[in-house]
This record gives sequence, structure tokens and C-alpha cells, in this order.
Amino acid sequence: MIEPEQNKLVEFRNVTYSVNGGAPIIDGLSLTVKEGETLVLLGESGCGKTTTLRLVNRLLIPTSGNVLVEGKSTNDWDVISLRRRTGYVIQDAGLFPHFTIAQNVGLVPSLEKWDEGRIAGRVEELLSLVGLEPGRFADRYPRELSGGQRQRVGVARALAADPPLLLMDEPFGALDPLTRASLQKEFAELKTSLGKTVIFVTHDVREALLLGSRIALMSTGKIIVLETPAGFRKSTNEHARAYLETVETD
Amino acid sequence: MEFLRSNWSDILSHIAQHLWLVFLSIAIAIVIALPLGILITRQKKLRSPVLGIANVMQTIPSLALFGFLIPLPFIGGIGPRTAIVALVFYALLPIIRNTVTGILGVDPSVREAAAAMGMTDRQVLFKVELPLAMSVILTGVRVAVVITIGVAIIAAEVGAGGLGEYIFRGLRLNDNRLLLAGAVPSAIMALIADFGFGLIEKRFDTSVPRSRSRSRRILVWGTTALAILLLGFFSLRGVGSRSSGSDGHGHVTVGSKDFTESILLAEIVAQMLEAQHINVDRRFDLGGNLAHTALVGGQIDLYPEYTGTAYTAILHHQPISDPKAVYDQVQREYSSQLNLWLSNPLGFDNTFAILIRGEDARKLNLKTVSETAKYASEWHAGFGHDFMVRPDGYEGFSRAYGLRFAGVSDMALDLTYTALASHKVDMIAGNSTDGRIAALDLIQLQDDRHYFPPYEAVFVIRREVKDLAGSAGDSDRPISPLVTVMNKLAGAISTDEMRQMNYQVDGQRRDKTVVVHDWLAKKELVH
Repeated sequence: MIEPEQNKLVEFRNVTYSVNGGAPIIDGLSLTVKEGETLVLLGESGCGKTTTLRLVNRLLIPTSGNVLVEGKSTNDWDVISLRRRTGYVIQDAGLFPHFTIAQNVGLVPSLEKWDEGRIAGRVEELLSLVGLEPGRFADRYPRELSGGQRQRVGVARALAADPPLLLMDEPFGALDPLTRASLQKEFAELKTSLGKTVIFVTHDVREALLLGSRIALMSTGKIIVLETPAGFRKSTNEHARAYLETVETD
Repeated sequence: MEFLRSNWSDILSHIAQHLWLVFLSIAIAIVIALPLGILITRQKKLRSPVLGIANVMQTIPSLALFGFLIPLPFIGGIGPRTAIVALVFYALLPIIRNTVTGILGVDPSVREAAAAMGMTDRQVLFKVELPLAMSVILTGVRVAVVITIGVAIIAAEVGAGGLGEYIFRGLRLNDNRLLLAGAVPSAIMALIADFGFGLIEKRFDTSVPRSRSRSRRILVWGTTALAILLLGFFSLRGVGSRSSGSDGHGHVTVGSKDFTESILLAEIVAQMLEAQHINVDRRFDLGGNLAHTALVGGQIDLYPEYTGTAYTAILHHQPISDPKAVYDQVQREYSSQLNLWLSNPLGFDNTFAILIRGEDARKLNLKTVSETAKYASEWHAGFGHDFMVRPDGYEGFSRAYGLRFAGVSDMALDLTYTALASHKVDMIAGNSTDGRIAALDLIQLQDDRHYFPPYEAVFVIRREVKDLAGSAGDSDRPISPLVTVMNKLAGAISTDEMRQMNYQVDGQRRDKTVVVHDWLAKKELVH
């Protein structure tokens, strides 16, 4: 079964990444992410999942091999336009403390020099989309919001310029369990309705099973299991089994 | 209050000068330090060298820095420019350091998010890093401003004006009102600047409201430091009560003023007394009129003085030019009013020497001060703080000879020699016994109108100590060893000998005690 070329949004071709000639953090990784799917990178701390994510928007450059986005190597992309076509959400949101919520969400549109009315409209639309009432939140500063609210703003900011690809690095990791559960649920609905391609990093197997269309289990810089959630549940790999046991014993 | 009323406008103009120096220096320092600080957050390799150099700059003593700067073209010379260069040096470190700390202190997740949103490096810097680092950078600027307000005091050393003029003048003339006129406004300025910047910083502070304790702590520290400084200063003026005077049993405390010649003279007496097995305490390096104060207060027993200084600066007489009359009157009044005894003159005069470069003297064939009148309008003069304010100083001098200079700089005496030799000024008033006169090929012009009063070197001795007995129980010694020493020294030191000894110390870096020892041996004054 050969997929048509334009269907691959991101492709890793035998990618290795190491720092200053040390042991590789990513070791000969090959992977394709298809348009519209949510690929979850699952693994323990230090397995290379965050590094993999950061290779996509060229926060990092492969030591060898190639990362292709929309069929073009990240080395050949203009880094600024590559990043503006890629939404990025991280664990503690990374909101700018000196910007209001509206300015945070409208950041990429304003960098793209949209006119003010259009930015304001988009900000309002996005805040509503992530469940924040624009009239209440737009003019506040990040420090005045709860962790869950800040994370919603982080998602809204990533979606602002309507990028085809979202990179999410444990976006709900720092939240309390109840808030996390409700955000996960809302996000699952949101991504389906928006039809975005998502690469999602987590160490939480439940989250992986809930959100992923495919799950890539990583260990020491390699993918050891690559399955749909249903396939992952049936996996005989001992790492995968260990993860699944944490779900079943609950 | 009387003083304040009559000097109000003068104080205000010095405050304005001071502020201008601080403002310019800080503005230049920011223009240099901010980009440099930003650069070294990008270039890790440059970070420690740049911070190291800035650090070292701050530790260079100000006078040494001026010594380096004066002969330099473009940034050196006399006046505000040199002072500003030095002040900028001192202000760089806190601004660079806080720029680096501020920028590196920006939450990494914020910086990563900024890059990942597709911001260019410039946008990350100007829209994210600098705004977030601003309150820390402002703290650096605040520290620099407070430091600069303090350090700008020394600007007076190179004739740049400011409040330092009052402080140096006050020290020389032993006048607390002048000292306070310099110290109080600069302290108030520093406090206001500190407080004002604190308020501005708070406006830029984007994090969760911080406790106020930080700025209060700075204030407390500043006030404490100021208090310690003032305390130390006033205790220095009293020379402390720890040092005891003579106990009448073969023990003498010898004092000196804070320059080479005075120390050498004191050392001569010290070694001669020690040769007679008398214990000597050395309390040298007493600045301004401290030596006199200490002598009257009984903390020292004797020190070398000049008759002209005693006559004008201590007894407050108008200067006169007859050496014999000056000596007699000082001796009389010291004895009757202060219970002090004056030794015979030591043989040389340390008067003001009006100096020009040897090359000018030869080219223009100048030998006397009055012959310079026609060139003065093209000349720039550099005079020590002392000379500028004393009754027998600049004002009377320029009037007596009808000299109108193109410009006059009020600067540290020591720096005038270098300034003259490097053509920054054309005439200075040095000391006739200064060794640098010969070393730098300077020519002393003759005081042909006898303007300068005589400054014969003598020792001033407390009456109780003069007749000090020899070693305890030695009753068959007819005259006291101190009197013996003074008799031997009467007329014993020529101007030329004094110049040579001064030069051996100042020019050839020889040890003072060795120079004195050699001279005493040559003159066969010790056996």
C-alpha cells in the first residue's frame, strides 16, 4: 500500500541527532505523519520524544538524515515561515508574561502583519473556541489566569494563524487530573472538527490512547512500537505491556 | 546657615555640574554596555573576558586611572572629558552584568515559545527578552547611577568641577562646612536617584508582584554604607585616641603630612632618635591639617611644617614675604598660644615653584614669572586644589603678575606635573623641592616680585616633649636628645639635597627609610 506523496505532512528519513558527538539522542529514526492524523510520541523522560518534536520546526537540526515537512527538508525551509506554519504548544504554555491574553493569542497574526480588526476578530473566535469568554479574558495578563486557562490560551495561540500542523509537548502535563481530563476531552473534539495534523508528546498512556490515531512508543532514541490505539492495546512488546498494565490495574 | 546663604548659587551650580557629569557618563555607559551585554548573551565565549575586563576596570583606583588618561590623546587631557571617561569605566560593569543576568533570566519556555512562533532573532530580543529583562537592567542602571554620583566626586581631581571641589577644598582647608557642602548634596542625590529608579523598575516588573523588601534592603545598605563612610571619616580626622603621645620616658611619636617630603623629614628625625636608643612611633601620612590637629591634641609629639603654612593656614595671617619676620612671629605665637616649640629652619624652602617646560623656557628665553605675562593669554594653567583656594595662592598670584590665562584647571597637584610635561597645560605651581622638576625637564621661574611667602621647613614640637629626658635614669645627659637632633639638623638640608631625596623616592621608587639612612650616613649625622 503506497500512500500518495502529498499525504505525508512530516517525514523522518533515518534521522540521527546527537550533541557534540556524544551518544545519539535520536538514533536512525524513520517515521511518517500523514495529513489529518494525530501521532502520539509516547515514552519515558529522556527517550527522545521532545527532541523528535523539536526537529520538526527546526528548533533542532538533525546530525544526519533528513526531516521533511510538506515534502521539503527543514534545512531548505525558510525557518521563519516553517515555524509560522507550525503551531507549538508546550507544557507550561510559554505565554509572554508582559503581553495580555489577546496579544498572546494574536502574536503570530500580528507578526504576519494582519490588520488589527482581523486580528481582534480572530482572537475572539479562538478564545471562544478554547472555552474562554473573550470579554472576560482578552485584557488580562497570564499571571491572572489558572494553569488550565493558561493552557487553553496556549492552544489558542498555536491555532491563531491556522497552521496545518500542531506540535504539542505534554501540553496538559502540569495540570491537575480533573482539569487535565476535561481539556483532553475538549481537545479531542476540537482537533477532529478542525482537521489538524498533530504530533503530540506525552508520557501518559491514557492520553495517548484517548487522543492518538497512532501511537509511537519510543525508547533510547528509537521507535519500538508504532500502532493504532487498538493495535497498541494488543501489543506483545514488553514496554508496551508495562504501560498498559498501569491503565489496567487502576 | 550664613555659609549656605552666601554660597547658595555656587553650591547649586556645582550640583548642576555634578548632575551633568553623572548624566553624560551614564548615557554613554548605557550606549556601550547594553549592546555589549546583549552581544555576550549571544556569544558565550566572549562572556567571561568581557565581564572580567569590566570587573578589573572597576577596581582601578581613580587617581591611577587619571594618571593613565591624562597623557592620552583624544580621550585624555584635563577637564570633564577625562572625568567622564573614567566614570563610564566605572559604570559599565553593573549595566553589562545586569543586562546579561536579565536576558538569561528570561524563562526558557518563553524564549522557546517565541522562537517556535516564528519570531526572528531581532523580534525575540526586542519584543520578548528586553522587555522582560528591563526591570533587572534598570536595577543595573540604578546601581551605576548611585556609584557614579559617588565617584564623580573625584572628577574634581582633573579639573572637571562638581561637588568634589568642595570636598577637596574642605579637606585642604580643614573646613567642615565645605566638606558638608560637597557631601550632603551628593548623598541626597544618590538617595533620590535610588528611590526614583526603584519606582520606575516596579513599573517594568512583569512578574507576580514582588515583596518590597528588596528596594528597602538597598536603601538600608546604602544608608549604612554612608554612615560607615562618614563615621570613618570623622574618626580619621581625630586620628583616634588609641595612639598615645610621649610618656616622657624615651618614647616619641613622630608625625608627618601626607606627601613624600614630609615623610622623609619625619623619617630623618625618627632614625636619628632611634640611633640614640629612643623608641619611636611613626604616625605618618596625615592629610590636610590633620598633623597640626593631632599635635595640638597630643596624639603626636612633633611633625615637619613650613613657616608659611603655619603663618597663613594655621595662624590665619595675611601672607608676607620676609622670611625672618614670618619665622619670628610663628615661633612667638606657637609658643604663647599653642604651647608648641619651633625648631631652627632646616635649611631649605619648599615654596610654590612656578614651573614651565624647559623647552618653552629656552625657546622664549624665560627666567622670571613677570616675563611670562605676554604669553599667558595663550597659555592654559593647571593648579592644585590647594593653590586655587589658599590666601597666598592663585588669585593673588595672578593679580601680582597681571597674568590672564587662556584657561585655568583646578586639579590634583600630583597630576599637574604630568599634565605640564605632556603639553596639556603650559604652567603649573609645583613644589620647589619636587624631584620631578629635574626629571621632567621643567624650569622653575624666579618669583621676581616676591609674591610667595617663605616656606622654610621646620619641626613643630610639643613643649612637654622637647625637654624629654634620655633613656630612663640617665640624669647626667645635659640636653635632651630631641634638642640635640634639632640642633644638628639646623640648616643641614639644602634645597638641592631635598629635591634629590624626593626624586629618589618619587622618581626612582627607592625605599624612604633607605634614602634617609643613606643621606644621614653621608652627612655623618648618625654613627
